[in-house]
Amino acid sequence: MSTETHTREESFLASLTGYRVALYAALGLLVAFFLAPIEAGFVTSLKTTSAVTGTAPYAPPVWPFTEFPTNGATLGKYQRAFDTLAIGVFNSLLYAIPATILSALIGSFTAYGLTLVDWKYQVPVLVLFVAGIFIPYQAVLVPLSQVFYILSLGQLPLWNLLGISSDYAGIIELIIAHVAYGIPICTILFRSYYKSMSTEMLESARLDGATLRRVYRRIVFPLSTPMFAVVLIYQFTQIWNDLLFALILVSSATSPAAPVTLKLAGLGASLEGVDFGLRMAGAFVAALPTLVVYIAFGEQFAEGVAT
Amino acid sequence: MERFFTRLVRSLSLGARGGREEAERTGTEGGEQVATDGGVATGGDGADDGVRSRLEERFGRDFVESAPFWLPPFLLMAFFVYGTIGWNVLISLTDFSGFGSPDYSNLDLDMYVRAANDPNVVQAAVNTFVLLVAFTIVALVFGMLIAILVDRGIRFENTFRTIYLLPMSLSFVVTAQFWLWMYDLDSGIVNAVIGLVGLGPYNWIGNSSLVLGAIIFALVWQFSGYTMVVYLAALRAIPDEHFEAAKVDGASIPRMYWRVIVPQLKNATISATVVLMVFALKAFDFLYALVGGYRPPNGADILATKMVREAYSNTNWAYGAAIAVILFAMALAVVGPYLYHQYTRDNL
Repeated sequence: MSTETHTREESFLASLTGYRVALYAALGLLVAFFLAPIEAGFVTSLKTTSAVTGTAPYAPPVWPFTEFPTNGATLGKYQRAFDTLAIGVFNSLLYAIPATILSALIGSFTAYGLTLVDWKYQVPVLVLFVAGIFIPYQAVLVPLSQVFYILSLGQLPLWNLLGISSDYAGIIELIIAHVAYGIPICTILFRSYYKSMSTEMLESARLDGATLRRVYRRIVFPLSTPMFAVVLIYQFTQIWNDLLFALILVSSATSPAAPVTLKLAGLGASLEGVDFGLRMAGAFVAALPTLVVYIAFGEQFAEGVAT
Repeated sequence: MERFFTRLVRSLSLGARGGREEAERTGTEGGEQVATDGGVATGGDGADDGVRSRLEERFGRDFVESAPFWLPPFLLMAFFVYGTIGWNVLISLTDFSGFGSPDYSNLDLDMYVRAANDPNVVQAAVNTFVLLVAFTIVALVFGMLIAILVDRGIRFENTFRTIYLLPMSLSFVVTAQFWLWMYDLDSGIVNAVIGLVGLGPYNWIGNSSLVLGAIIFALVWQFSGYTMVVYLAALRAIPDEHFEAAKVDGASIPRMYWRVIVPQLKNATISATVVLMVFALKAFDFLYALVGGYRPPNGADILATKMVREAYSNTNWAYGAAIAVILFAMALAVVGPYLYHQYTRDNL
């Protein structure tokens, strides 16, 4: 009886190690799959134009079997990419930072009013907020263009009155659009957090006569810090990465207000041929802020997308 | 001013109850002591009219007091989301093209008739549907498999997870640059790899019968990490006893997952499906960066790209608006049932 258990255990362990090897092999293959495009992009961004076509796409520029006299490595592509994209990076920061902070704050207010306070028609209002997450933005683009057309050029030259040059009006419009369309997701993220919050303290504060505003400022806002981290990271990534609004509201990669995504999309088109080294270097310059955020705050990012 | 605001909120929400309004407003102005009263009332839990009306007063008070927190964003949403969608429908019924203002006096369904008879729009609708369904299914299955592997008690779990989710943090514009290079006819890795087994090379982006598949593959690369995160959270929520029970029964690992674990991932599947479909509807950025400019993406036109091209390149605003309505209807067909499901389950 006991020997039988023993052998069974042994065979189980034997199968386990084989199974473990297979498991890690599969995980390693997946790593290769997920990193291949990024790796290929990175090595290519470091190659001279001739090395791009002359070496294997995944091989680093220094390759023993290369037939080129030089090793084909250069930082020139980064230099050019940075020269072209630096303004775009600046413009993107110019609207992504205020829009991120504003939408996170508003999301927190909204979620507080809809979650930690009970009132009768809360749920239908909430449904409208949730549904807002899933709107394909194409369905609002034409009217949005009309709104900003009226505000900027037409009957109401608002931006000019405010002293904003028409070039940079696009930045203001991007802030408005990203805040307005970011409210639903920010609200839902904060709501999921507030739902799990213990309400005892809030209730006793209310019974002591604290106003809702005071409860928010003194209790809810300080307790929201972890969720603010999640929402700020999530929103910053979304706003930084967006192309559609930039395309519609700024319209041209040559505009002085063009965000980095627009500049990057225009990078290949504006050049003769396809300079893959430059494109890849540009991709990394454009991706740098979100990559830094992701590597530094991966957990919060994962929490944001999983909620 | 504050009084006006309070009234406005009331008339918006309780408009029909006109007669009550005055009484409730006085209740509101009773100030803080109502709160303590209300507290007592909840404790009493009685059924007599006095308690009930006091409870109602409390509902009204919280409604009004919380309004500054949610009402301005709600109005912003009402205008920017629902107002513009309605406006978009209206524009789609006009003949608006070019700048200026649409003429709303002559509304008809001409643009929809035109869309139905335009083979490019029909093809774009088919492509949108194929993209939605194929991308979603592949990303779900693939993400679930990765989640199961990651959930098997591995070492360096965080590192693996970080790598698998990494593409999701990148912009569509950035990933499109990477995949343009991966799919390159002469020097791309994809052709290099399939060349090892004697296939290809294929012109993935240039060949109209391959490009949609190539795009779906790249999108799966970008978003299966997301599916993994969702499934991983769901797997962690399944009590260990379920795994133990299956093990005691002597079920093999694949059998245990198929029979015991996967059925319990239903809710994760539903929410991931909806979010993936939303990503697919936003694949515009990826396609635009991949094929460049306003050129019709050869064989990969989806409603999102077609809409932007018609509205902003050909300045057929009304036509673009009509295509957008069709796209919106497709999104609603997916999201509507989901929202209803969440609403009835009280999951919102």
